[in-house]
Amino acid sequence: MMRKTRGAALVALGSTVALLVSGCIGAGSGSNGGETNENADAQEFTWWHNSNTGEGKAYYDQVAADFEAETGVKVNVSAMQHEDMGTKLQAAFQSGDDEQIPDVYMSRGGGELANEVEAGLVRDLTEDSADTISKISNFTDQYTVDDKVYALPFSMGIVGFWYNKDLFEAAGISEVSPNPTIEEFNGYLDKLKQADTTPLAVGAGDKWPAAHYWYYGVVRECPFDVVEAAIESADYSDPCFLKAGEHLEDIIGEEPFNRGFLTTPAQSGPTSASGLLATEKVAMELAGHWEPGVAGGLTEDGKVPDFLGWFAFPTFDGQGGNPADQMGGGDAWSVSAAAPDAAVDFVNYLLSDEVQQGFAERDMGLPTNPAATDSLANQTLAQLIPVRDGGGVTQLYLDTRLGQSIGGAMNDEIALVFAGEAGPQDVVDAIQSAAEAEQ
Amino acid sequence: MTVIARGGRGRVTSAWRKRLEIAFFVTPALALFALFVVWPIVTAVQLSVFRWKGFGPLTDFVGLRNYLTVLGDDVFVDSIVHNLIIVGGSIAVQLPLGLAIALLLNRKIWGQGLLRTIIFVPYVLAEVIAGVVWFQLLQPEYGVIDGLLGAVGLQTPEQGWLGDPDLALWTVLAVLTWKYLGLAVILFLAGLQGVPEELYEAAQLDGASWWQVQRKITFPLLGPTMRTWAFLSMIGALQLFDMVWILTGGGPANSTTTMATYLINQGTRSQNFGIAGAASVILFVIALIMAVLYQQLILSRDTRPDVVTVKKKKKVIR
Repeated sequence: MMRKTRGAALVALGSTVALLVSGCIGAGSGSNGGETNENADAQEFTWWHNSNTGEGKAYYDQVAADFEAETGVKVNVSAMQHEDMGTKLQAAFQSGDDEQIPDVYMSRGGGELANEVEAGLVRDLTEDSADTISKISNFTDQYTVDDKVYALPFSMGIVGFWYNKDLFEAAGISEVSPNPTIEEFNGYLDKLKQADTTPLAVGAGDKWPAAHYWYYGVVRECPFDVVEAAIESADYSDPCFLKAGEHLEDIIGEEPFNRGFLTTPAQSGPTSASGLLATEKVAMELAGHWEPGVAGGLTEDGKVPDFLGWFAFPTFDGQGGNPADQMGGGDAWSVSAAAPDAAVDFVNYLLSDEVQQGFAERDMGLPTNPAATDSLANQTLAQLIPVRDGGGVTQLYLDTRLGQSIGGAMNDEIALVFAGEAGPQDVVDAIQSAAEAEQ
Repeated sequence: MTVIARGGRGRVTSAWRKRLEIAFFVTPALALFALFVVWPIVTAVQLSVFRWKGFGPLTDFVGLRNYLTVLGDDVFVDSIVHNLIIVGGSIAVQLPLGLAIALLLNRKIWGQGLLRTIIFVPYVLAEVIAGVVWFQLLQPEYGVIDGLLGAVGLQTPEQGWLGDPDLALWTVLAVLTWKYLGLAVILFLAGLQGVPEELYEAAQLDGASWWQVQRKITFPLLGPTMRTWAFLSMIGALQLFDMVWILTGGGPANSTTTMATYLINQGTRSQNFGIAGAASVILFVIALIMAVLYQQLILSRDTRPDVVTVKKKKKVIR
């Protein structure tokens, strides 16, 4: 009898374990769309941000205190680590509970924001923040859904090549163009290889750093309007998307990447892509404005390496896109649907000349308010500003722009291109079928 | 009790009391089970028939389309194959190896306790920690393993052990073997304690060789332990997640995805919670079928004596 019970118990145990795994995917549902805001006059609201260390945290605490002193409205600040904030925000949205959803929070824009808007979670800021929007209108496109602005971008960075000036010099590359052509870029690769230096690190293990190469191919080949139209109509048959993949294949064909790049993580540890750049094992990495900060955290002395230089993603002969367009992304403040009016005043205050200047002086990001762009203290970061504001459009990271569902399928497929198991057409097909599943 | 219960009323009260008592003690466990097991499953099944992005109400009913998507996805089908390779590979490698080590460590040798501890340490380590350590050891070019192999003049794979789609799954399997061999050894050692010393003595008196003793006495008597271990190993391999997530994240080129990494990738990364829900239900069904089959085909050996007695009793009743 004992044995039989044990056998049954094992099955029970096995199924329980399996159940627990399958149970991990579970969530509640709720709704709050279309209700009138009963909370409009509240004199208190919550603010979530991710500047949770050092000077940045102190500055935001000060900003909140100044606002309280000025208006008498209490700001409950929660500073959290970036990934934690993302997880908590998602959980709060899943709960659908106004009490759980913060009143002011960070949005990444694009398709993700559009989904939140569709679910009725976000407040329309078009009129209440009209003055602010007119100042930063260069950057609000990605935060606009159906001609209404739902988030105010306060930092907008661009992706480009961070390179090691010393290693470039050692390889005999004396002149580095701030916006090279692909021929010049390939020249850098050749010289670096001749000098036995690994030219590039890429964190293809995390997929998105690899995907950035393809996104830039799109920015170079597809005019901004073409991308917008493709997203709008869920039709990615324009040949420019195919060309993006061909450029990517050409770059991969040069074999410029670090050994084992298919499993290299983006930023964690000394053997990550950023770590290899910071410890002078490779000459370049394609990364955003966060790179100096990340690299600084991965060096022995904890300082931003002096050797870091920057140049834009190369342009291609006869390309279809505007050469001044860049690819990047930023952070914006969103106000939730149930937030009090004071929260809107607060985000306007956060975008004011004064607060943005303080933000720039502390190198917390690349300010969007033109009155603050000269205040950047860090010269390495400051060199991104003229390129960003050089007359082109800043296309959002495409995975964010398309939303996580299509973006995830796209990134998975681009990672396969890096592994040599998919081609330009496969990427387009993956996006197309994910977009059709969305409809 | 018996004195009071002699009357009819007393017996009823006592029966109800007993039921109440059972209910009282079982309810907390049942409530927890319902809350943490039954409810999540019901939700997962519910989610699996909707298209849901993680917020807002469940409105976009798609029926069984998510299941078709999952089953038609090469990545998911491959991940089932990977799971099965790991199930088979773990048993095929760890069973003989674990048995051999257990037999060695069962002998009276110097430092027995220390050796047993060393073998068991990997199992005690958190899977995440072991994963991070191995990830660093296996780094191409800068990792310890590449360094050691390079020092003796051996060629290491260009993309590293984890970066080459043809090697990655086997590398993961090797790390898993390192991690879980200790469990097999400790279970087998415990099983060996249960083999009566007299049998060995009798065999020796009959002049049986060492190998004969193992084959005719040790292995058969270790049978229940081995079958139980294999069951645990199978279930563990089916729901494998942590080690793969840390070592490869399912890559390179989806060569190491498991069902669990697939559903996390679809769920939290791509916000396709419906598809992830469908994948989790499929994972559950596969695990359940394998568990029941294992129970019926293999563990039933251990239950056979009971089955026989039940049959006999039935005959008597007829």
